[in-house]
Amino acid sequence: MAKYKLDKSVKYAKTHEWVRIEDGVAVIGVSDYAQDALSDVVYVDLPEVGDTVTAGKQAATVESVKAAEDVYAPVSGEVIEVNTALEDTPEIINERPYDAWFFKVRPTDALEQELAALMEPEAYDKYVEELE
Amino acid sequence: MLQRTPLYEIHVALGGRMVEFAGFELPVQYPPGPTVEHHAVRTAAGLFDIDHMGQFELAGPDVVEFLQQIQVWDVEQMAEGDAHYSLLCYEDGTVVDDIFLYRLPGRWLMVVNAANRAKDWAWIEHHLGRYDVALIERSDDLAMLALQGPKAEQILQKLTDYPLHTVATRTAIETQIGGLHVIAGRTGYTGEDGFELYAPVDRVVDFWNLLLEAGKEEGLLPCGLAARDSLRFEACMPLYGHELSAKITPLEARLGWTISWSKPFIGRDALLKVRLEKPERLLVGLEMIDKAVPREGYPVAVDGKIIGHVTSGMKSPTLGKFLAMAYVPTEHSAVGAKVDVIVRGEPKQAVVVKRPFYKPRYK
Repeated sequence: MAKYKLDKSVKYAKTHEWVRIEDGVAVIGVSDYAQDALSDVVYVDLPEVGDTVTAGKQAATVESVKAAEDVYAPVSGEVIEVNTALEDTPEIINERPYDAWFFKVRPTDALEQELAALMEPEAYDKYVEELE
Repeated sequence: MLQRTPLYEIHVALGGRMVEFAGFELPVQYPPGPTVEHHAVRTAAGLFDIDHMGQFELAGPDVVEFLQQIQVWDVEQMAEGDAHYSLLCYEDGTVVDDIFLYRLPGRWLMVVNAANRAKDWAWIEHHLGRYDVALIERSDDLAMLALQGPKAEQILQKLTDYPLHTVATRTAIETQIGGLHVIAGRTGYTGEDGFELYAPVDRVVDFWNLLLEAGKEEGLLPCGLAARDSLRFEACMPLYGHELSAKITPLEARLGWTISWSKPFIGRDALLKVRLEKPERLLVGLEMIDKAVPREGYPVAVDGKIIGHVTSGMKSPTLGKFLAMAYVPTEHSAVGAKVDVIVRGEPKQAVVVKRPFYKPRYK
């Protein structure tokens, strides 16, 4: 992928979210392709700590100069932390999409199954190439 | 089939993201992104390809009389070299288009919106009637660029001997710039000082490159449609299809200042009636109290009842606030009035604030 950065340590959803498992917690953000397609991000509507999110369902909204886009939870679980830094500096999503996580989820027993349904970096790379 | 401006290949080479706008393929942004481009215009300068805009030339013995009839501003007040914003109105007082008029030696130039070019032409032609006026389509032989920002004069001065500090806001000159014969109006659509430049279409690629090169040290950036929109939005300049349309009168849009009531013009009777009876709705500026991005088409509500809609909205890059323009009933239009903007089904508090959001900084 010449055009977009790829993080090899995460798995990807078709809707361009990434998930990284850190000490049993799922950390969720959006891909470099997603931030580029969005253009400049100006606001993020995050879930609240304690909310339950469901794989494939809307969990947050990201607003760019172009439009408001839904962010879907790639895995299910309870939101245990949200990235409040995005409230004042949403531009870090454009600058460092794989550092600019949106929220962290304590996953359910379905985690393995849900992760299996996501794409490995190489597969996502190809997927994005075909979208171009 | 989408049209392309002569600068299409340049935009692509600069990494411009091309989108459809008013039948043209134009860059919505370049790699630095709309926010950086926006700030460049507020603090230094930006260069815009606005060749999609239409230009009609009008000349002939009856041209002043004809212009008085078809648009709202009193053109007899305009001296040679003056430029002014105005409106074409239908008989019922609603808006055909918003335009810019230039009085040039021996002729007038009318600049119209790209999306309305064919409609305006037909409408003007329809009213020509007995008037001895030559109406000439210049859109295809004049290319239009905008050089906007506090450094615009300094940059443009490098390319011409004409003393640009003598060119007042809302006036125009014809002179040699970069070896080309150019009409330069001290006008724009950003709320900053700057120039709109009309150059021969066959030389505009060179002209664009010359301008970009001249502005390098000042931080001049090529700017796309997104920055153009956010800049005009902050200055509360209307965009046809949003704040203006064939369903909106200038009085509702708070453009009464463009109307010269002392002369006859098409739509005057209807507008006089609106003026006497007061408009039922008005364009207002809204600032979100709850954090949310208000966008075009979002409903505006009071006590759960929808009272209007957002015409344009965004997070203002200069002010950092979530702002909108919206039409609301006159009784909810006073500064300080509280309303809700319905953002994806949820009411978010907003307050009517003074317009413009950003006070233009003209010379």
